Amino acid sequence: MSMEKQAVERARTAFLTRRSRPLEFRAQQLKALQRMITEKERDIAAALKLDLNKNEFQTPLYELVGLESEIQLALEKLPEWAAPRTAEKTLLTISDEVYVQPEPLGVVLIIGAWNYPFALVIQPLIGAIAAGNAAVIKPSEVSEHTARLLGELLPQYIDKDLYPVVNGGVPETQELLRQRFDHVFYTGNCAVGKLVMEAASRHLTPVTLELGGKSPCYIDKDCDLSIVCRRITWGKYMNCGQTCIAPDYVLCDQSIQSRVVEEIKKALKEFYGDDLKTSPDYGRMINQRHFKRVTALLEGETVALGGESDEADCFIAPTVLTGVTGSSKVMQEEIFGPVLPLVSVGSVDEAIRFINQREKPLALYVFSYDSKLIKRMIAETSSGGVTANDVLLHYSISALPFGGVGNSGMGSYHGKHSFDRLSHLRSCLIKSLNMEAVNKVRYPPHSAKKLSWARFFILKRVRLGTLGRLALLAAFVALAALVAQRFL
Amino acid sequence: MLPSPSSPSPARWFRTLRRTKSTEQSSKLSLSVCTELLRKSREALASGRTLREEFRLSQLEALVRMLVENEDEFVDVLHKDLHKPRFETVLSELILVKNEALFAVNNLKKWMNPEYVARSLVTSLDECFVVSEPLGVVLIIGSWSSPVQLNLVPLVGAVAAGNCVILKPSEISSHTTELLQRLIPSYLDTECYHVISGGPSDLTDLLELKFDHIFYTGSRATGQQVMQAAARSLTPVTLVLGGKNPCYVDRECDVGIAAQRIAWARFHNAGQSDVAPDFVLCHTDVQARLILALRSCLLQFYGPEPRHSASFGRLVNAELFTHVRDLVLASGKVAVGGEMDEAEKYIAPTVLTDVLESDPAMQQEIRGPVLPIMTVYSADEAINYIRRKEKPLCLYVFSSDRKVISNMMTCTSSGSFCANDSVLQSMMVVLPFGGVGASGMGSYHGRCSFNTFSHRKSCVLRNTRVECVTYLRYPPYEDRSLSLMMWASSLSRRSQAWCQIL
Repeated sequence: MSMEKQAVERARTAFLTRRSRPLEFRAQQLKALQRMITEKERDIAAALKLDLNKNEFQTPLYELVGLESEIQLALEKLPEWAAPRTAEKTLLTISDEVYVQPEPLGVVLIIGAWNYPFALVIQPLIGAIAAGNAAVIKPSEVSEHTARLLGELLPQYIDKDLYPVVNGGVPETQELLRQRFDHVFYTGNCAVGKLVMEAASRHLTPVTLELGGKSPCYIDKDCDLSIVCRRITWGKYMNCGQTCIAPDYVLCDQSIQSRVVEEIKKALKEFYGDDLKTSPDYGRMINQRHFKRVTALLEGETVALGGESDEADCFIAPTVLTGVTGSSKVMQEEIFGPVLPLVSVGSVDEAIRFINQREKPLALYVFSYDSKLIKRMIAETSSGGVTANDVLLHYSISALPFGGVGNSGMGSYHGKHSFDRLSHLRSCLIKSLNMEAVNKVRYPPHSAKKLSWARFFILKRVRLGTLGRLALLAAFVALAALVAQRFL
Repeated sequence: MLPSPSSPSPARWFRTLRRTKSTEQSSKLSLSVCTELLRKSREALASGRTLREEFRLSQLEALVRMLVENEDEFVDVLHKDLHKPRFETVLSELILVKNEALFAVNNLKKWMNPEYVARSLVTSLDECFVVSEPLGVVLIIGSWSSPVQLNLVPLVGAVAAGNCVILKPSEISSHTTELLQRLIPSYLDTECYHVISGGPSDLTDLLELKFDHIFYTGSRATGQQVMQAAARSLTPVTLVLGGKNPCYVDRECDVGIAAQRIAWARFHNAGQSDVAPDFVLCHTDVQARLILALRSCLLQFYGPEPRHSASFGRLVNAELFTHVRDLVLASGKVAVGGEMDEAEKYIAPTVLTDVLESDPAMQQEIRGPVLPIMTVYSADEAINYIRRKEKPLCLYVFSSDRKVISNMMTCTSSGSFCANDSVLQSMMVVLPFGGVGASGMGSYHGRCSFNTFSHRKSCVLRNTRVECVTYLRYPPYEDRSLSLMMWASSLSRRSQAWCQIL
């Protein structure tokens, strides 16, 4: 039996012992995860530095703070999330219990990505644990230091049978995908997303796919470009452009393009100083393959800013391209690198048309003082999420579901949405074996009279407090007795 | 006494041949027509008309009118397809859909409004909300057992959510499909909503086209095929799949009442239901009483000759008849019923006992008016049996002991659960209905339908003018700014937004 299959079987056996179900156990595991993040922050930062040249301040900020917040939220809200959720009653169910009971799905497979290798594995894991599941964790092998670290750390802190870490490359991932899971949670690109869903379909396993795309960023003409460009620069060049919700390209009027370039240049200087290459805050491409992929996109384009690169260091300077059109090579795929094309559009109508001609992106950004324009952009385009007058933010608010649509993915998570996504929300109706008189209406032999009564009972809806319900129940019982006696 | 299986007659061969020929013709017709309909739907979507609340309301109201004005026709076609009595058609098909449509009409405004998430001091300058938008063009493939309900309830959800729809009712319930094909264009917008028909080979072709959501009710095998095809274009799916729904009858229970409720659920629509109890698990003591009670119920419901009762249905076609007949012949012993007539596709309400786990009736989905009873020693044994099998769409328990009900619920999993009755939980607008594991994924009914056919888009609208606070997040990163950030975000943690300070 392969190692992958063994890990899955162990997780399933552990799940079937039911020990992941009690809320105290889930809370204990979440607290252990919290401890791991606090105690091992240095090791995590070191691994991320080796993988992506993230510096020691970037890591806690962008990978860890969010996770700690999610864990705190889950710990606080778990009793509420896991409790039965009562549903509205009708006349027919007035004396019954009608509710939705969240339950664990079983064994969840979490496949992480390499760009935020720690966060993109731990965040879904928090949801999986909170929902009472077992989880098999497969970090991305591309961010190898973090993958190795996760393999070492997680078993030291959380239950190693319930939450095994499986490391490896493509063959190991394929072997994992041949096993049967109760949910597969994948973060990555579209091409592999399709393969993951196809593999899952063989076992009728539901999936959550957090994919990417080209996230457009529209800048209205009358904006304070210095603020706008500073925010865009921050979001775009963070992690060397390797963020799934980074603004991929900008749409703006030709007349402001040169100013945009200027402001970005200013912001870059503020952030990274004069010599970018030596700035401890500027990242690197994850590997040579991606380095080559992104530098190839620059061929034949007009470089307005940046363009320098160093293959040995996987360094690409923050770059801005102008004169880009819809058919340029750089507009055909998600850039996932520090290259920002500026595409001219004459109006917001043209921008909306341009966006709608393309696949639905993971994020959409619009900068404008005109709230009507913003609302129009939201209403007339589709994307996973939207942040107006800033970038990336919708990711950070736990109350907002985070996910894609169309080619950018399916399903969403964060906060309570993670819990719900990785639970089965089971509808429950608890009746008693009395009040049979009412039921008689539905039994054969059928009659027109019974049909009229049935129509009445089913179509009436009630929204009452407890006292109201009791009063109505009493009246109802009397009515039912009357009906049974006289007509049935 | 059971009739011996008759040998296929020349007339039957000829009928099969004719059906194959017409299926082939419609198969060639379907794909090109569908491509064109898909194109039309996308154009209609792009026009923006489905985005308007008034439009969606008018379509939902038209759907209700369609059901009300054509009640007799619906009763007629369902009688032709399934020998469904008027009562069942009106209640479990028409009223159910009407209920869903009216619920959507009454709540549409609320559902379409943005949902603001809790604001706090830190987020007070921003607007954070979730807005629901249509997915696009939805493909709905409804099953034949309750052809009106299974096609039109998802249609209600898709319309309410602002999508365009291509509806493909089953070719097996052919009269109902034909009626839907005729009526829907007269009531609903002909650019946005289309009805097509076709056989199984058409489905493969259809699934090559790109939709924005596929909603399928039917068998597991086809469900897998649907999901596999959907994967190629990253299309989300909702699958509501059939299987074997267990029903445990406890010793502590009013067996008479339990029998009535079980009998109603199992034998309505001649057992052709995805949600009815498929088999019973009970103690030997209970079995004898249960059989007596069932026999008496059936007499009360359908009279001494169910074949002559207007309240009892027929199997939808010869294949299904053969399938159910073969299951009965190879499993256990007939305790009640067992009479069959192939020409009429009639199988009497039948109860089987002395059934073993390995019998065909316990291995395959029955889809007919046959209820096997398998004995177990205890509730725990029943639980172990249920857990050995795939997660069912529905799970039923009859008991007056709350502990038994609670135990059964916590120790098993199923799409939905009902204690002391059956089927009803699948008819309620307020409860999401769907499967889990092998019984499917996703759910619908009521608000849940609206959500299933929507994309819930998270939006944050920030203020451009207040920049000072955001300075903390920009490089160069220093220890000082990090501590400040950590402090600030510890404030934020309480407001459920970890980097609001960003």
